Amino acid sequence: MELDPAEAALWDLSGGFPVHVVKQLASHDWLGGTPLALGEFCAEVGAVCSSLRGLVTVQAMVSAALSRWGTAAQRSHWLPRLAAGEEIAGFAATEANAGTDLSAVATTIEAGPDGLTVSGEKRWVTCGGIATLLLVLGVLDGKPATVLVETDRAAVHLDPVQDQLGMRAAHIAHVRLDQVRVPRENLVAPPGFGLSHVVATALDHGRFTVAWGCVGMAEACLRDAAEHATTRLQAGIPLSDHQLVRSMLARAAVDTDNARLSCIAAAQSRLDGAPNAIARTVMAKYTASRAAAAVSADAVQILGSAGIAPDSRAGRFYRDAKVMQIIEGADQVSELHIADHVLREHRRRT
Amino acid sequence: MDVRAELTEFLSGATGDRIGPDEDYFAKGLVNSLFALELVTFVERRFGLAVEVEDLDLDHFRTINRLTDFVRMKTAA
Repeated sequence: MELDPAEAALWDLSGGFPVHVVKQLASHDWLGGTPLALGEFCAEVGAVCSSLRGLVTVQAMVSAALSRWGTAAQRSHWLPRLAAGEEIAGFAATEANAGTDLSAVATTIEAGPDGLTVSGEKRWVTCGGIATLLLVLGVLDGKPATVLVETDRAAVHLDPVQDQLGMRAAHIAHVRLDQVRVPRENLVAPPGFGLSHVVATALDHGRFTVAWGCVGMAEACLRDAAEHATTRLQAGIPLSDHQLVRSMLARAAVDTDNARLSCIAAAQSRLDGAPNAIARTVMAKYTASRAAAAVSADAVQILGSAGIAPDSRAGRFYRDAKVMQIIEGADQVSELHIADHVLREHRRRT
Repeated sequence: MDVRAELTEFLSGATGDRIGPDEDYFAKGLVNSLFALELVTFVERRFGLAVEVEDLDLDHFRTINRLTDFVRMKTAA
């Protein structure tokens, strides 16, 4: 995988990675391998560009949801196109009044004699500005439901978001669906299962790939910090000769390693099909996003003025890492889920 | 294999409550948002079956008795 951090810095400044990179990603077997292979791929991309890793995440989320809960016809039509990068996916769940609590979505899906009509306003859709296919969460007959909406249909409006804190190259967009007509066969799973099964499957994959992306970010920041600490001289002494700098490097190394180990454990649980794989994945995402935030902050500190420069990878990841602590389950929400898991295991033993 | 007993143990552990055979744990709000998927994974792994999109009928999943019938139907097939 040939990706250049200097180029990624330019994408961050200009507001988007070029779409041709998608085909470059798709030339690798990016979505079809083991959980560990997908994770390592996300770490590799995440070490260079979080926004591009965001594309991998969304593509994997929608593919996983369709692979698990799509009909045979939906799977055979969409999965090869997503894997080839011919279709770019967007995951449209969040709304102004529905974030952590996605059961509050107000988007409507109405069934008529000749198909479905989808109306609503979705926010913060990663890759929304370049997506060709959206997986949309809405409400049909009072039940949570998911539907595929191709973005070239009439009345799909994409509104790019710019200058947000992080993930600046991820083509994030708000999406307005103004009575968009789609065929009935675009419905994914029966109404009632859109949130608990389809979106839950997508978010579980989202957490897994975000976690691995954060491992890549932390590892890259640690490398950049170590490089700077050994080459930067002040008063004739390399920064790495200072104990305080060594302490920061040590803590960063431990955080980074723990994040990777937690992600490997999640990958193994997923490969095994273990019921605790979902909880393990929440733990990995929680561990890794916090590691990315802590290590990038220390890397910027060690890099000093080089860390706050416009082309600084550590500086970019410092901004991106904060986003990682919010998306796919904020840290505090993750803590609630992890505690649930702990208490359940405790009850099982007693 | 006592399907009902295994499901009762899993459900009771997950909810922290003794779940009755006809109690609707979804309607009663006894489970968190990750649970529906964990239940699918547990049933698939424990009883060696595949839950497919055609099986997604809330009537299969919402009580221990209904889920027991579903597991028996799938494993007999």
